Amino acid sequence: MSTEDQASPDKQAVIGNRAMEIIVALLLLAFGAVIAWTSFKLGAKWGDDGPQAGYFPFYIGVIIAISSVVTLVQALRGTTGQSRGTFVERGQLKQVLAVLIPAIVFVLAIQWFGIYLAATVYIAVFMIWLGQYAWWKAVLLGVTVSVCVYLMFEVWFKVALHKGSLYDPLSLIGL
Amino acid sequence: MEEINALMHGFSVALSPFNLLLMFVGVTLGVIIGVLPGLGGANGIAILLPLTFTMPPTSAIIMLSCIYWGALFGGAITSVLFNIPGEPWSVATTFDGYPMSQQGRAGEALTAAFTSSFIGAFVAVVMITFLAPLVAKFALKFGPPEFFSVYFLTFCSFIGMGKGSPWKTLTAMMLGFALAAVGMDTVTGQLRLTFGFHELMRGFDFLVAVIGLFGIGEILLSMEEGLKFSGSKARINMKVVIETWKKLPMYWLTYVRSCVIGCWMGITPGGATPASFMSYGVAKRMSPNGAQFGKGHIEGVVAPETAAHAAGTSALLPMLSLGIPGSPTAAVLLGGLLIWGLQPGPLLFVEKKEFVWGLIASMYLGNLAGLIIVLTCVPLFAAILRIPFSIVAPLIIVICAIGAFTVHNAMLDIWFMMFFGVVGYIFKKLDYPMAPMVLALVLGDRAEDSFRQAMLISQGNLSVFFSNWLVGGIMALGLVMLFWPLVNKLRGRA
Repeated sequence: MSTEDQASPDKQAVIGNRAMEIIVALLLLAFGAVIAWTSFKLGAKWGDDGPQAGYFPFYIGVIIAISSVVTLVQALRGTTGQSRGTFVERGQLKQVLAVLIPAIVFVLAIQWFGIYLAATVYIAVFMIWLGQYAWWKAVLLGVTVSVCVYLMFEVWFKVALHKGSLYDPLSLIGL
Repeated sequence: MEEINALMHGFSVALSPFNLLLMFVGVTLGVIIGVLPGLGGANGIAILLPLTFTMPPTSAIIMLSCIYWGALFGGAITSVLFNIPGEPWSVATTFDGYPMSQQGRAGEALTAAFTSSFIGAFVAVVMITFLAPLVAKFALKFGPPEFFSVYFLTFCSFIGMGKGSPWKTLTAMMLGFALAAVGMDTVTGQLRLTFGFHELMRGFDFLVAVIGLFGIGEILLSMEEGLKFSGSKARINMKVVIETWKKLPMYWLTYVRSCVIGCWMGITPGGATPASFMSYGVAKRMSPNGAQFGKGHIEGVVAPETAAHAAGTSALLPMLSLGIPGSPTAAVLLGGLLIWGLQPGPLLFVEKKEFVWGLIASMYLGNLAGLIIVLTCVPLFAAILRIPFSIVAPLIIVICAIGAFTVHNAMLDIWFMMFFGVVGYIFKKLDYPMAPMVLALVLGDRAEDSFRQAMLISQGNLSVFFSNWLVGGIMALGLVMLFWPLVNKLRGRA
């Protein structure tokens, strides 16, 4: 590792393209094998009137497995152009996780408390945390978006959105 | 002329005030979607689809297809002004569009891009007008074997014409088929690949996959690039427009070439993105000004934009006449048709004349509306890009979540969307193509049904796929496409 890399830890590679190619190919290989196996158990023969229910999925699984093996071998031998270089740098991964992790928490919040509260909090927190906005601006925008969504879906288009399985905060304000 | 009469009738359907309003709303929404990172034609339409269920189908498809035209236009704005392709098909437009705007010729570049888009789309719509009814009439004679052979050709074309590793294309496509197979088997009623989960019984909806793959995946990618928008200002006034329009006829040959490339790539499922690159490459090689390409030459904007729009538009031809979409966005529109109870395919031209011709007429009008809107409102749309990403990103994720939920009113779909988002991010970085995966997910069941129907007819005899010249020819062409990468490799060695 050169001194330049140490100077900016954000530029360090977390994982290379080749390693990622191998991991993905292995996952796909496992996926293909599982599909082929479950379909085989379901019946993957050629019946009297054509293929049985598991016939196509079986071969789909087999083809996924075969093509992932080829990609795997290509990655191991390093013959593809993709196999060199960095998949993601530390700084990039931080940025991506800064979006991904709150998004996953957001989906969990939708499940528990419904989309309206979750969206308000999510937008506000995101703006304060990553955008460094004043808290009142963030809350104002969050609430505005939720109210607009409510009007558009529940009132105008009569589409009910998810209300939360633990507690429905809308019941607080009598909606 | 039968088609002209039908088209005139279509105009009378499309020209109602309500439909005209929807057209302008659709195009404006589409341009916004095209400008914003993370929202594109395919997932934008997928998200808005549930909102149109209450409308009459003709009005709904007019609005949705106008969103598509708008998104096609919108991609060019970000390419020229910010060097950020808003859509994959506008990557080639950045090569010359951005240098032009750096030289202070942004207005000229944008006018050229919009006008070329319009011309490309117009030529493609004219082709649809006259060719689609013929294809549909021809396809009325199709039985299950013929339909299967067309599906076969469609999927093999992805492998034969793909740019990256054919093995990755194959993997992505088969993943799509595997996801399509999840749930109840339509022929025997058996449950497949549900692994005992009840929620998986209805299978994966491709709309959810599209929203995740293209929406969330795109947001993650844009975040990684650390989006900093520093673009040039754009002003388009009438003078610039007229000046540019005077120059454009010089490049008529480029237009002809690009339209041919675009229409061809649109009908075969090559799609708008490869069409734009191919057209740029061909124009660079054939043009007398080839050396100036890449330094801000107007022809380098004309060629990719014409082809991208021609391809994007003609992708609707096989969708309407055969029920086989030529692009992910066309696939989403097809999904809409199915939800409204319209079976896309040759019968649509016989049974739902009003709908088909209303849609085709709206393609003419929608693109005209698009041209007017983008030429007049560029500064407004460019301003959208200056909204900081820390506001745009959570908003888009909220919109995607709502879109995924409304497809089936299922909470689980939002989780699937997040999962597909991560898959989309990784696949994009490793060059696994997403278009064949989405099309396989949409068409998987139908391709399997037609295959099994063909097998029922022939009592399990595979030779039915070579029983006459038509089906045999299509199957043979499909096989050629399938093994094309191999042939190419062998030729390269010899």
